Amino acid sequence: MGMITLTIALPLLGALAIGFIGDDRRNVKVVALAASVAAFVASLVLVWQFDVTDPNLQLVERFTWIPTIGAELAFAVDGVSLVLIVLTTFVTPLILLASWDDISDRMHAYTAAFLILQAAAVGVFAATDLLVFYVFFEFTLVPMYLLIGIWGGAGRKAAAVKFFLYTLLGGLLMLVAILYLYAQTGTFAYDAIRQVDLSLTEQRWLFVAFVLAFGVKVPVFPLHTWLPDAHTEAPTGGSVFLAGILLKLGTFGLLRYALPLFPDATIELAPWLLAIAVVGILYGAIVALMQSDIKRLIAYSSVSHMGFVVLGTFALNVTATSASVVQMVNHGLSTGALFLLIGFLYERRHTRQIAAFGGLAKRVPIMAGLWLLVSLSSLALPGLNGFVGEFPILLGTFQTNRLAAVLATFGAVLAALYLLWAYQRMFHGPLEGADNEHTTDLRPREIGVLVPFVVLIVAIGVYPQPLFDVVEPAVERVLVEVGVSDGLPLEPAAVTEEG
Amino acid sequence: MAIDWLAIAPEVALTVTALLVLAADLALRGDAKQLVNPLAMIGTVVAIVFAVVLWAEAPRVAFEGQYVVDSFAVAFKLLFLGTLLAILAISARYFAEGRYFQGEYYFLLLTAFIGMLLMPSARDLLVLFIALETVSVPAFVMVGMRKRDLYSSEAALKFFLIGVLSAALMLFGMSMVYGFTGTTRLEGIAQALAGDAGSVPLLLGSVMLVIVGFGFKISAVPFHFWAPDTYAGSPLPVAAMLAVASKAAGFAGLLTIAFVAFEPVADVWAPVLGVLAILTMTLGNLVALQQRDLIRLLAYSSIAQAGYMLIPFGLARPGAEVVNQAAVRAVLFYLIAYAVMNVGAFAVAIGVNRRTGERSIRDYAGLGTRSPLLALAMTVFLLSLGGAPLTVGLWAKFAIIEAVAVEVTVFGLVMASFLVVNSVIAFFYYLRVIREIWFEPAAAEAPRLQPALSLSVVVVVLMVGTILLGVLPGLVADPTVVTTFATGG
Repeated sequence: MGMITLTIALPLLGALAIGFIGDDRRNVKVVALAASVAAFVASLVLVWQFDVTDPNLQLVERFTWIPTIGAELAFAVDGVSLVLIVLTTFVTPLILLASWDDISDRMHAYTAAFLILQAAAVGVFAATDLLVFYVFFEFTLVPMYLLIGIWGGAGRKAAAVKFFLYTLLGGLLMLVAILYLYAQTGTFAYDAIRQVDLSLTEQRWLFVAFVLAFGVKVPVFPLHTWLPDAHTEAPTGGSVFLAGILLKLGTFGLLRYALPLFPDATIELAPWLLAIAVVGILYGAIVALMQSDIKRLIAYSSVSHMGFVVLGTFALNVTATSASVVQMVNHGLSTGALFLLIGFLYERRHTRQIAAFGGLAKRVPIMAGLWLLVSLSSLALPGLNGFVGEFPILLGTFQTNRLAAVLATFGAVLAALYLLWAYQRMFHGPLEGADNEHTTDLRPREIGVLVPFVVLIVAIGVYPQPLFDVVEPAVERVLVEVGVSDGLPLEPAAVTEEG
Repeated sequence: MAIDWLAIAPEVALTVTALLVLAADLALRGDAKQLVNPLAMIGTVVAIVFAVVLWAEAPRVAFEGQYVVDSFAVAFKLLFLGTLLAILAISARYFAEGRYFQGEYYFLLLTAFIGMLLMPSARDLLVLFIALETVSVPAFVMVGMRKRDLYSSEAALKFFLIGVLSAALMLFGMSMVYGFTGTTRLEGIAQALAGDAGSVPLLLGSVMLVIVGFGFKISAVPFHFWAPDTYAGSPLPVAAMLAVASKAAGFAGLLTIAFVAFEPVADVWAPVLGVLAILTMTLGNLVALQQRDLIRLLAYSSIAQAGYMLIPFGLARPGAEVVNQAAVRAVLFYLIAYAVMNVGAFAVAIGVNRRTGERSIRDYAGLGTRSPLLALAMTVFLLSLGGAPLTVGLWAKFAIIEAVAVEVTVFGLVMASFLVVNSVIAFFYYLRVIREIWFEPAAAEAPRLQPALSLSVVVVVLMVGTILLGVLPGLVADPTVVTTFATGG
């Protein structure tokens, strides 16, 4: 059994063990933490085994699955999937640590759901068989549905159903497209399906089916309407996982499947996707500006930030597309940390209305400091991780589509506005009201959970090169398959020439 | 003429069991009467053993080609016998506590299943008709078994009238088919239809009449309206039998008659059945959205499921062997999956209903705390009925879309897109039940549920089956690949 299988199997075994332990909080915690940390260690071994110079899918692991239709349980990683797998295994134990004490009802089921979710997400990133990919992709729905529905806020029931049905519809369209590809090629293997020649008409239809499936997940405008509800109603841990990992399934899918499988359609339809991305960036930012609920504000900011990722992906050059992968990680870290902070604040105050807070910085300096740092990371302050993602995206997009890049820049400006304005209203100003007076600062456990996030936020911001080194070869491979890259990184000279 | 006893061994075993059950019911007194249930189970297990033996021996031809035991037939027989075993297990307490007439019930149940075993083997119009009636007539009585309940009587009457009407239509169609082709043998009819007779409008009309007769059995729209009332009125194990086994028998008959006898005129009936598929799934799902009673919800959901299973019929084309085989395979696989998950759902409904008489969806509130086993199982079954990943239901839908993709046509894609949209609609009401089970608190006076051992075993086995086949669909997909119909020599 290879490391990828182990990374998927360990959390599943943990969930199974929890099923046998039942409602015994202490033992459940030990098992859950052990399983998720073990998966993290396994994924680190994966990093160690990984050959950075090889752009192809490597560390292949395959098992026979459904022989009659030739589907295999086939896993492998490239740079893109590797960083996302590590992000997943990194975030899950922290989420568990941060959130399980708030869960009074059926905590064992809660942790088991998270472990299953983690395994499914890793499965999505590692699958190299379209059927395996589909099964994992869709299966993430079930635990997330239960997480939102059982442990969520007041509007949890409607939000859970909306989340489920939206994503299901997209997924089923993709299933039809996958089966069409299967009928053409007789296989579900990613490598074999990439070789098949499709007419432009076929490509267009299949591309649209895949983009719809992934677009719901990302979510791109106008398929985003499930997201604010799901994010807001989910329990803290659910929001963190949703923003940190599940949204990335969509952008990962675009890069791994929609682009290289349908290159002609990609080139033809890329301007449309750039347009949709820009609308999403601006729309998400403007709506975020108007929110009175801080969690909803961050939810809409996700629409805006994920718009940047889509923009970079369809800018179709190595600079922008690699940066969009880095930005996936960044968004996972900074939005994940923000949702954790919101969760901690909500535990203390049981409200998320921005207007209810004010002048908190005097009472909770540590929380205020961390909040500011994470907000700055999210709005792409140079020196923090958001900048090293967003800036190359804009730079690269400028090469292919200047208008899109210029308009998207306004999104970055608006991000500074809504994040800092929210921070200012909540933490600065006069300290009024007994509630604000008596808000307590973060406890050591909570700080401990946030520290790994902050360390990575700063580390990636200061020295992003290792991350780019892992990601770039795989992105280049995809772009060469699309036929837009000669495999060379962007020359600075080209910028001056065009400008 | 020597009779090939092995070929009909499962049927013989069930017949003997049925008679023994009847006799035992007369001979036994009081609580001893409950022994008829284990007796029936033993008989079923014997029949299953024979069917497994036949699997290795297939194909066998008996009664001068009117009766064929090929792998298609054996697959169906195993499906029926497995369902029978599950229904017997979930019936035990239900009937023992309900003070119903147990001996009669078990006798009738076994008789109906004898008819089902005959169905996929029949290669002659008359044998088909006899098989169909052997399924229907005991069912009429079983539906009305809760005689003191007005709804049960209404259910029985409705079911009876519509059943008789459909049988009459079918018999009328069969007689005309015989008149035109001069034979009741399915292969003979196929030959005649392939020749000149195939273009006679009246003959095509009678072909449609025969198909309509099966339409009632599988509760396809517009012949569906008996199903919800009948399911809701009949004893729950009988409803499970009607929703699963009887429907599968209808599909077995429809598959044989459509793909053996009427294959040369597939271009006439395929579009009709395709349109019926779209109507059936859409109407079934839309009406299911409105239901408050779980049994009625399952009834409409099973109408919708019949719609999905009709899609492959809409793909059939004369002479296109690859497409037709893929279609038969898809229906067969869907039926197996459907049997596992739907019997499971009914079993949980019986477990909840038994002590409390509850059947409204609201009564399932907080089932997660009242009986974690039943709650978890119901969740798995409903997710599977919807087609969620890692349940067998996904692969059932997969099989159908796969059949569509064998040779892509516009009509095929239209049907597939209806399947997609309907799957989403269906999830809406399946999730409503799941929501009650997990998200809502239990009512204060709601008792904890302690399902009977036999019912728990059935529920656990079916739940494990749903997930196991969901993870490894190859376990049944491989054997059922054989879908060519053996011809009666």
